Amino acid sequence: MPLLEDGRLRPDDWTSIEDDAPLPDGPAIISLDRLRAEAAALAGRNAPLGVAVAPETQPEEIAPFLDRLALVAVRMPKPKDGRAFTQARSLREHHGFTGEIRATGHIIPDHYAMLLRCGVTTVEVPEGTDPATWTRSRDAIRVGYQAAQGADRPLSLLRRKLELA
Amino acid sequence: MNALTYPPHARTYRYDEIDREFLQERIAEFRGQIERRLAGELTEDEFKPLRLMNGLYLQLHAYMLRVAIPYGLLNSAQLRQLGRIARRWDRGFGHFTTRQNIQFNWTKLEDVPAMLEALAEVDMHAIQTSGNCIRNTTTDEYAGATPDEVVDPRVYAEILRQWSTLHPEFTWLPRKFKIAITGSPNDRVAAQVHDVGVLAKRNERGEVGFEIHAGGGLGRTPIIARKLRDWVPEAEFLAYMEAVLRVYNALGQRENIYKARIKILVRDLGDEFTQMVEREYERMPRDRYRLDPEIVAAIGAHFAPPPFASLEDQALHADPEFRQWASASVRAHRQPGYASVTISLKPIGGIPGDASADQMEAVADLAERHSFGEIRVTHVQNLVLPHVRQEDLYALWGGLRAAGLATPNIGLISDIIACPGMDYCALATARSIPIAQRISERFASLDRQHDIGECFINISGCINACGHHHVAHIGILGVDKRGEEVYQVTLGGSATNDAAIGELIGPAFSYDTIVDAVETLITTYIAHRVPGERFIDTYRRVGVTPFKDALYAPA
Amino acid sequence: MSTKAKARPATAPVVFTANRLRDGRVVWLGTAGLWRDAITETVPFAPEAAETGLALARQGERDQHVVGVYAVEVDLAGPTPLKFRERLRVQGPSVAAEAA
Repeated sequence: MPLLEDGRLRPDDWTSIEDDAPLPDGPAIISLDRLRAEAAALAGRNAPLGVAVAPETQPEEIAPFLDRLALVAVRMPKPKDGRAFTQARSLREHHGFTGEIRATGHIIPDHYAMLLRCGVTTVEVPEGTDPATWTRSRDAIRVGYQAAQGADRPLSLLRRKLELA
Repeated sequence: MNALTYPPHARTYRYDEIDREFLQERIAEFRGQIERRLAGELTEDEFKPLRLMNGLYLQLHAYMLRVAIPYGLLNSAQLRQLGRIARRWDRGFGHFTTRQNIQFNWTKLEDVPAMLEALAEVDMHAIQTSGNCIRNTTTDEYAGATPDEVVDPRVYAEILRQWSTLHPEFTWLPRKFKIAITGSPNDRVAAQVHDVGVLAKRNERGEVGFEIHAGGGLGRTPIIARKLRDWVPEAEFLAYMEAVLRVYNALGQRENIYKARIKILVRDLGDEFTQMVEREYERMPRDRYRLDPEIVAAIGAHFAPPPFASLEDQALHADPEFRQWASASVRAHRQPGYASVTISLKPIGGIPGDASADQMEAVADLAERHSFGEIRVTHVQNLVLPHVRQEDLYALWGGLRAAGLATPNIGLISDIIACPGMDYCALATARSIPIAQRISERFASLDRQHDIGECFINISGCINACGHHHVAHIGILGVDKRGEEVYQVTLGGSATNDAAIGELIGPAFSYDTIVDAVETLITTYIAHRVPGERFIDTYRRVGVTPFKDALYAPA
Repeated sequence: MSTKAKARPATAPVVFTANRLRDGRVVWLGTAGLWRDAITETVPFAPEAAETGLALARQGERDQHVVGVYAVEVDLAGPTPLKFRERLRVQGPSVAAEAA
């Protein structure tokens, strides 16, 4: 499926790998179970590694592996299941993760701005997605009453800034 | 209509250009979402959470738009505009709710953008009045007026309002989230039955801090909140709130809607919940979430005392009818020579919380004349004029009488809380409003009501308990029994400092016999009371048995 | 979206109801898949044909005409819904002040 990044579609150069399939040489996303089980073996791997975490996974659980991860994929199983927002924010804020945070699952354009504000970088979208719908939704409201992740200013109710692109 | 025509001394939060820009953008966004829905680009499953976050429900007979009245504060221009909206897009009525909001019961989806534009003209909206997000914060209807206030809760309610508005992390919570805040040691906001209840207080140095309770609630599992912390310093208030919400968003149940409120998580985790919040709080980058004193001061300026005249307290006019009204409706004020007045939206036989467009306009006029243009909505579904000169009370009473708003029953047995029930609500299992009307008619004699004294009857039309039946002295819960409406009775609930969940007294009563049952409870109370006792006092002293015996004795 | 029709098999004749998408008003499934304001214009289905009726009604959701389709058991005289709640939906609120 294509990815949405900075409001533009781009192909996905990552591959999601089943737990029992061999790892390719290129960028690969594996499950947390596999990451745990094969941690030692994976330490020597050169190609970029990512992990897909379930909504119930606490970011603490992947904290020990973050220094060798280039991507964490969080998932919204339903549009109203918002655990991914807290996961993403926690990865950035508590764990200093600077790699790609990818949102997957049943995501609608109306989530987009809030995902970005919580530290998500890319969104997996269905084939045929019109990125204009997503950027319109992202840009619909430019005022944020809270500081977004990545903003260098502290939360300020009076000095709130236009923080979106 | 815009802020320029606001009454100059009404202390509501005044929008700035950024707030107005935000609101216009939000309306444009929702208009776009409605268009996408009508065009079939959004399914109902996708659209529903979006419309709910804009206050739009689909009820039994129509859509219902719930408009936020931030912590129950209105100025006269806003109330007048609500009346106009009621006349133009509803059937000439609005319905004030227990969460200090107003609902319009006959809304059309295609009219919603125009209604939102009309609201925006007076800096109002319907954002976050529904959906699984942080809802409108409620507070003390006598804030800024009551003699027992230690901290003005409006300032922090407004800070919470801004902080929670479209919060990027907490808009897709497991379930709705309701915060109540009080700044008085006498809890008038039912803090202990909210998702988070905040008691603002001062330490010996006069600094402001907050006692935080979490995990209270009513519904099918009524629970009194757990105290998380005795003191959170003012600067850390939002950091601590973030920590509570984060633990809830990460761990709250999402599979079973009946177990998704924070109260279930707090109950199940117990002290571990407190520890998790503390851990999150400890590791947060505090600077990022600090509530600067300048911000508090700037927002506090919106709620500065109005220009009170230098007056002295004076005796009430001698008219006995006026005195009967005043004894129920007039409350002491911190400023000598002033009083707060509660306006009953509970006329005998009326719909609790309903106000006609004419009445809204009449109250707006009276507020301008007598209360600096300021109005409050109470969680008991009444209105308050917070700052009235005692010398104006008699004239105000006359004005209220002319508008049909002077029923002298505040705090009495006909001052009933009732949810909309099955007459409007799609979730309800029984009607609430007609029960309230019939009880009110049964006790129509005001002399009798005053003799009975303070007695709170709350009625819910389903287990979700929007009518707060659990915390009433006499609680009535309507349920469906094989297609018939039946009504369960609970006794001994309280929503104040001595918060308690009422006790279910026995088998349910039919639609036809429930009013007789209430009368039996009252005659039993009268028979057992000693001088000075309210219904709840007698109940606590003599226990449930005499009431049970009277209700269920063989005929 | 309501799925009450699936809750248990119908034992009485059923009609289908929903709220109109544009204005939220109560509507009833009539002939040719058209949604009507009055229950008198609805078409009852025998209990064993309820599934067929439901499929027809669901088309109204897919066409963005209505929301929240479900079956209502009725007495054919009227027809009149058997449940009090549905009779309220036919009549409007039982309280006078806001009734049109």
